[in-house]
Amino acid sequence: MLWLGQGLGLGSRQAASWRITQGVGLAYALQQLINGITLGMIYGLIAVGYTMVYGIIGMINFAHGDVFMIGAFLSLIALSGLASLGITAVPLALAITLVFAAALAALYGWTIERVAYRPLRGSFRLAPLISAIGMSITLQNFAQVTQGARVKPLAPLLPGGLVLTRAGGFAVQLSWMQIAIAITTVLCLGLFTWLVTKTPLGRAMRACEQDLKMASLLGIDTDRTIGLTFVIGAALAAVAGLLFLLYYGAIDFYIGFVAGVKAFTAAVLGGIGSLPGAVLGGLLIGLIETFWSAYFSVQYKDVAAFSILAITLIFLPTGLLGRADVEKV
Amino acid sequence: MTNQGSPLRDAFLSALVALGLFAPMVGLQTHVGAHGIALVPRPLAVASLVGAVFVLRLAIRLWQGRRPAAGMSMMAGAAAGRIALAAGRARRFLVPALLALALLMPVVASRSTLDLGVLVLTYVMLGWGLNIVVGLAGLLDLGYVAFYAVGAYSYALIAQATGLGFWSCLPAAGALAALWGITLGFPVLRLRGDYLAIVTLAFGEIIRIVLLNWVSLTGGPNGISGIPRPTLFGLRFTMTDEPGTFAGFFHLAPSSAHRLVFLYYVILALALLTNWVTLRLRRQPLGRVWEALREDEIACRSLGINITTTKLTAFAVGACFGGFAGAFFATRQGFISPESFTFMESATVLAIVVLGGMGSQLGVVLAALVMIGGPEMFRALADYRMLIFGLALVVMMVLRPRGLVTERKPSVSLGGAARAIPAALIAEGRS
Repeated sequence: MLWLGQGLGLGSRQAASWRITQGVGLAYALQQLINGITLGMIYGLIAVGYTMVYGIIGMINFAHGDVFMIGAFLSLIALSGLASLGITAVPLALAITLVFAAALAALYGWTIERVAYRPLRGSFRLAPLISAIGMSITLQNFAQVTQGARVKPLAPLLPGGLVLTRAGGFAVQLSWMQIAIAITTVLCLGLFTWLVTKTPLGRAMRACEQDLKMASLLGIDTDRTIGLTFVIGAALAAVAGLLFLLYYGAIDFYIGFVAGVKAFTAAVLGGIGSLPGAVLGGLLIGLIETFWSAYFSVQYKDVAAFSILAITLIFLPTGLLGRADVEKV
Repeated sequence: MTNQGSPLRDAFLSALVALGLFAPMVGLQTHVGAHGIALVPRPLAVASLVGAVFVLRLAIRLWQGRRPAAGMSMMAGAAAGRIALAAGRARRFLVPALLALALLMPVVASRSTLDLGVLVLTYVMLGWGLNIVVGLAGLLDLGYVAFYAVGAYSYALIAQATGLGFWSCLPAAGALAALWGITLGFPVLRLRGDYLAIVTLAFGEIIRIVLLNWVSLTGGPNGISGIPRPTLFGLRFTMTDEPGTFAGFFHLAPSSAHRLVFLYYVILALALLTNWVTLRLRRQPLGRVWEALREDEIACRSLGINITTTKLTAFAVGACFGGFAGAFFATRQGFISPESFTFMESATVLAIVVLGGMGSQLGVVLAALVMIGGPEMFRALADYRMLIFGLALVVMMVLRPRGLVTERKPSVSLGGAARAIPAALIAEGRS
């Protein structure tokens, strides 16, 4: 956890030391904006998985953050494997890794749902939650046992970037990596939106989200739909895992918990059950965190993110884009 | 679990899935070398895991095939149900037996067992405290560890600042934890179900981060050491027998076992106090309103019950006991650091409450024995211990989603003794 804090605060800390020497407000803020959006996109990708599962079966899938961690490890294994096979063309290696990690993480998502959640469907409300916490502990320790507890570094694949503007010795940089992250995120979310709005599967998912019982009465295979929801969520989380690995260049078995909690916070902030809300919430959490570490303190960035969550919920109990849930007797 | 296909085909498919899951994660270990990451293949481990999945799945299917009417989980559930029923009948003897065992533990048990007993009892107390919030009032609290931490740090800081002992600081630690419970609860208790869960989780993390970073007050990651140990009416437990020490007063040979036995009885007394207060409160209007709230919030509101104050009291009382447990933890260890107050603790305590059967006091004890005593026994497994713990949590939930003690006894009844209500008749929380 300490390491993650350092990792997430890295860019801003360098910047902070620079800020002390000279003061170029606007350029500095622009740089933070870019960094915040990049981080927010990673959170947004994870948050979509939380919000989908919550929307359909109303459970907090605690293991989702750990699926993200598994996705990051799968990406690391794939990248190392490709490098040892001699495939060094970066776009090709990234594309293969993306597909590999997403497919296998999807298998993880499917298996988790099948083993830990499906037997508990229709059971008492807290049972799946505890099962999910158990699954999260299992995955974390599985990664620790199989891959070791050490932090795994990865040499930067895409060094350098575009210098957008210079102000008094401070260059606002948009790195190639950030551009790659933005493109990948937008492509994945575009594909996902198409899947949800235009395909029969998406229609089934939306029907299940509205009313699970009614959907099953109308002939929708709800078990299959829920299973596929986990598959899609896990694949998106694996993409986030790959992006995280590329952006920070180091992972360990513990990254899932912190990122998971933040992403869930993002989902709640955006209004849980709302897909655009999840992305919006992710971006907001990323921005809040980055700006807080840049202008106030790196140590308390999580406190800032969580406090804003609490404040939002107090004044806007359904999140930013969520619907009010009217309970009828 | 579905039942299509032949067992052999099914087992083969399971093995295929296992191959996909394990081939990269187990089969290719990443090693940090001089030239970046090197992959070390481990085909044997993958083969044995995949083989194990195949055999296990085949065995389960064949077992199911013997009695086609019942699925695996149902059968196991029925078996566990029979056990629970027998346990229910034995309850009359089980509770006094457990109590007698708990009282006699220091006489019969070895030092290490007694140490484990102290740990289990701490979790029993935490479980009973959280049971008020989750089990009785039905509020999902994922940040209970925050109150545990507040209690521990309150005691440590007050003791350091004023020089007061454990017993003088204990009420303050509980009161401060309760105060935090109210402070947190006041704004967030309007939230429903899972929103409350995530805010409490966030609160738990906030407390931990603050403890970690407010170095001037809490010592940061180094924690606080030299926390005063508890005394028996002013008698200290030391390794000498000078006047004013326990050994000196009773003319005993000084032994470190005295303190351990004393600590054991202190936590036993604290835990039993929690239990007693809970059982008494359940019979009072306040406790009945908590349970009514858990069953149906809308009905409560319609009857003119003030939801906010009711929830706040549950939160405060639960937090108070968490604070007591925290103070005990601090005095037992003599050292505290933020590392002891992670989300894992909250999750463990919540798992104890849910696994015990929500609202059941006996269930908490049984679950704490299983969940805390179990992993301690497997300490030899080292790294694999938590892996097994996580898997066991999943398996236990799948087999017994309603916990170990599923039936519920009404707090009050009209005429005659209250009869236990079986789990099947309890509708609460079934979505």
